[in-house]
Amino acid sequence: MSIAQAVKMALKNIYTNKLRSLLTMLGIIIGVAAVIALVSIGNGATTKVTDQVKSLGSNLINVNIQGRGVQRSISYDQAMSYKNIKEVKYVSPILSANTNVSSENITKKVSIDGINDEYQKIREYDVDYGRFILPIDVDYRQKVAVLGSNIVYELFGSSNPIGNYIKINGSSYKVVGVLAEKEASMMENINDKIIIPISSAQRQFKSAGVNAIYIQATSEHTVEAAKEKIEKKLLKYFKNDDDSFRLFNQQDMLKTMGTITTTLTMALGGIAGISLVVGGIGIMNIMLVSVTERTREIGIRKAIGAKKRDILIQFLIESVVLSTIGGIIGVGVGLLMAKGASSVLDLQFVVSLNTILLSVGFSWFVGVIFGLYPANKAAKMNPIDALRYE
Amino acid sequence: MTQNIIEINDVSKIYHLGGEVVKALDGISLNVEKGEFVAIIGPSGSGKSTLMNIIGCLDVPTKGEYALDGKSIKDYNDNGLAKVRNEKIGFIFQQFNLLSRLTALENVELPLVYQGIEAKERRQIAMDCLKRVGLENRYTHYPNQLSGGQQQRVAIARALASRPSILLADEPTGALDSKTGKEVIEMIKEINREGQTVILITHDLKVAQSARRQIVLADGKIVEQGGEV
Repeated sequence: MSIAQAVKMALKNIYTNKLRSLLTMLGIIIGVAAVIALVSIGNGATTKVTDQVKSLGSNLINVNIQGRGVQRSISYDQAMSYKNIKEVKYVSPILSANTNVSSENITKKVSIDGINDEYQKIREYDVDYGRFILPIDVDYRQKVAVLGSNIVYELFGSSNPIGNYIKINGSSYKVVGVLAEKEASMMENINDKIIIPISSAQRQFKSAGVNAIYIQATSEHTVEAAKEKIEKKLLKYFKNDDDSFRLFNQQDMLKTMGTITTTLTMALGGIAGISLVVGGIGIMNIMLVSVTERTREIGIRKAIGAKKRDILIQFLIESVVLSTIGGIIGVGVGLLMAKGASSVLDLQFVVSLNTILLSVGFSWFVGVIFGLYPANKAAKMNPIDALRYE
Repeated sequence: MTQNIIEINDVSKIYHLGGEVVKALDGISLNVEKGEFVAIIGPSGSGKSTLMNIIGCLDVPTKGEYALDGKSIKDYNDNGLAKVRNEKIGFIFQQFNLLSRLTALENVELPLVYQGIEAKERRQIAMDCLKRVGLENRYTHYPNQLSGGQQQRVAIARALASRPSILLADEPTGALDSKTGKEVIEMIKEINREGQTVILITHDLKVAQSARRQIVLADGKIVEQGGEV
């Protein structure tokens, strides 16, 4: 008997027992759908996190000054001296603080970053209206401020803030610009911040040092070299106390994030994979029932000349066809679920062809493995006993 | 010279049922020539079903020789026996044993499916067989849409599809009323007249009288053999 004939026979049999076939396939459908949906959501989350890290600016090196040990902080000029390194393009030291800010209407605790003009180039921020902090503001300790898009609304409502004044810890700052809204990352939300010249911040917050330094390398190829040189300088400055600062670049973060999300995706996929195996057991269960129910049919087929192999192939193909159809339906359902979930969770809808092929392949494999035992049981039946079966 | 299709020589079949030894067949010898119509009669428990299973290659003897078409069935393994059943034996059962999910035509085609004959040719042969039993107009019907007599005729068509050496009918009228039973027997006689070797197994003497030779079994032995009973 040819395979095509067996497939035809299997399809006919599956069609005849529509409800039972559907219930049998349900396990596989749910399993495959879960794998597809969860892996797709996992991939979507990975893409989102990666985009967020990238949105911090490209070729970025981040230095956090922890302020422990003998040398407790680093000065603005010291930080700016890293610009002399060949591989470094921009340097933006930052002094940040949380403090009360008030307009005519409201007083609010706000996160304030003291920065220089290179900050904008590194972080790729756009100004919606007004202007950014200029070098002259830093040089002359101008009391000017640029507001994030949320904070502007909170302090001034819908009226134009440019030229108005805000009070930071009681001293007046002139609002000169408003930043364009930028999607908040898990690292920070620029929309809720106020930025002022770093020199003004140092005086305002009575601190000579900086909290952090954002450094941009000249290209992605020079990031590592730049990082090493900066690390050397920092170690020297902090007298070899590497607890005093933390240095990391974007690639490090991407790698860490990548590891986390990949592990997560695999764990989700693995759990879903277990349900595929459970689905396979469901198929085996039904196939065993089916073999028993059709004992007489098997006897008749054997009496009129079916070989062991013919019966084996018939039942095996039935189980494989069941699981494969289940797998294909599962892919459809899974993609729909992934699409729905990604729009609800605001993730990118990522379809991985590999995952689809893998889960259909796996359901096929499940059909073979769990179909083998019932099919073999059918093939081994003695025709005389099978014919006598009521 | 007439040719023996079946040569059974001193065949015994012994079963072990829970430590007890049951001799279902006890030294049976029997020859059937090509074109014969033989009835095997006997009460239940006489061993006629066992004999049918052995003649039909569903079972093998414990002792003795059985040759079909001049070839000893000892030379065949499981697959070989399946092939012999497929090509040389046409079964007709008391309960018709049609596959309920297949149409009449598909049922008749089934032995040919296992021979690997392609669909078009298969259909042609199956239609010819259905014509021979007068059911060519019912070929799309499923077994449950046919009367008992019609179902048995489909089963006869199926048995004829692979042009078997012997037609092996096990109580073919057992599930039918006497009128349709008679019709079925007439049909089998007709097929025999066309040259088909037929072996009929029954406990019904009237049915057995349709055959040209009767063999009476009791307790696993042949007790009577003759042209007329």
